[in-house]
Amino acid sequence: MLKHRVVPCLLLRKGGLVKTQKFVNPKYVGDPINAIRIFNEKEVDELMVLDIEASKTNREPNYDLIEQFAGECFMPLCYGGGITSVNQAKRLFSIGVEKVSIQTSALANISLVTEVASFFGNQSLVVSIDIKKNLLGHPKLYSSATGKILDQDWIEYLKMAVAAGAGEILINAVDRDGTLSGMDLPLIEHAASTCSVPLIAVGGVGSLSDIKAAVKAGASAVAAGAFFVYHGPHRAVLITYPKYDELTALLGS
Amino acid sequence: MLVIIDYGLGNLASVLNMIHKVGGNTIISGDPNDLLSASKLILPGIGSFDHGVNQLEALGLFPVIKEMAAKGIPILGICLGMQLLANRSEEGRLNGLGLIDAEFKRFSLEIKSPLRIPHVGWNHVRVQKYNPLIPNDGREQRFYFTHSYHAVCAEEADVLATTEYGYPFASAFCRNNVFGVQFHPEKSHRFGMEMIKNFLEL
Repeated sequence: MLKHRVVPCLLLRKGGLVKTQKFVNPKYVGDPINAIRIFNEKEVDELMVLDIEASKTNREPNYDLIEQFAGECFMPLCYGGGITSVNQAKRLFSIGVEKVSIQTSALANISLVTEVASFFGNQSLVVSIDIKKNLLGHPKLYSSATGKILDQDWIEYLKMAVAAGAGEILINAVDRDGTLSGMDLPLIEHAASTCSVPLIAVGGVGSLSDIKAAVKAGASAVAAGAFFVYHGPHRAVLITYPKYDELTALLGS
Repeated sequence: MLVIIDYGLGNLASVLNMIHKVGGNTIISGDPNDLLSASKLILPGIGSFDHGVNQLEALGLFPVIKEMAAKGIPILGICLGMQLLANRSEEGRLNGLGLIDAEFKRFSLEIKSPLRIPHVGWNHVRVQKYNPLIPNDGREQRFYFTHSYHAVCAEEADVLATTEYGYPFASAFCRNNVFGVQFHPEKSHRFGMEMIKNFLEL
């Protein structure tokens, strides 16, 4: 039986690891290579590394650094941030990345999704969708590169991304990011009910039961940042990951 | 020398990293001469079936791989590499290498199934016959998968292992010196390390 994946999601900024809250106030949490080594030893299901500044500053991925990450990862590595062309995706695959995650370029022009999928297969491509609630509390499509809420209907956009060739959808509840306050379950349910490819939910995990609830709501995989890098009420940096037996007991084998 | 076949598709660095991790030596090459002098071959690959066939053909590697297989050189196909060892795939129209009598079909799940395609993630691999790669000693074997098409072997005897996704499918096959695995041993922690080590020791 297929396991539901539990995926540490690490944020990269100026070559260091950071953790944000609601997508702002990045706090330095350590050296990425060290963190990746620890996650590798803990046999995590998969690892996701997102460069949160690349698209904001129109910068390409930091290939040298990502290559070092890949060399330490004996599990699948997904990279996102600053990818604007098939050639960049190709270079990332060639240095050891399994999947690329695309958001900003896909919002600008969905054809990049189709191009990457046609060359490398849709299993190699994650489309990242950020959702932020507007003043009325309605979930809206959000662009993390510009910090703006967009007009396009998010469900229509999700469907379009899958039709264009996304192999997985990463859905991120911006308002829950880094809060450890639990996931946006209605959002996950809504997304899962219309998403024909695996759905990775992220944003708000603060406990193992939050992960279970997201899986119950329809997520194929659950990603978390703060939950795996912080410990205790004062948010001391400590890298953790549940033991395999714990996850099996939680989510079934 | 073990050669990882470079035909412009796939995550060669990951396979290279894993071989180094378990203490092996290898080179990455798409040069027919390097392949012809190899002691073992790994055919990795991600992407679409016809694209893979075209790339192998363009480099003149089709006859080379067949020749090495006939000579008894151990060959391991991973993911798309496994698919290319077979006769054909529903995904494409071109013929594969035909080293294993199998074809690849898209997962056919019930409409109400909660399972999605592609099959992505960690799943159990159940060994079906004695083989040198994956021990059948009762220990759990789990590997990372990411694919939409799966093998259907014409000969039951070629099925090395099965995995359940909606229904059981052949997640690994082998005939004599030719092996194919649908999952990614290079990305499957200690389970993959052990398998790759076993292949190096063949």
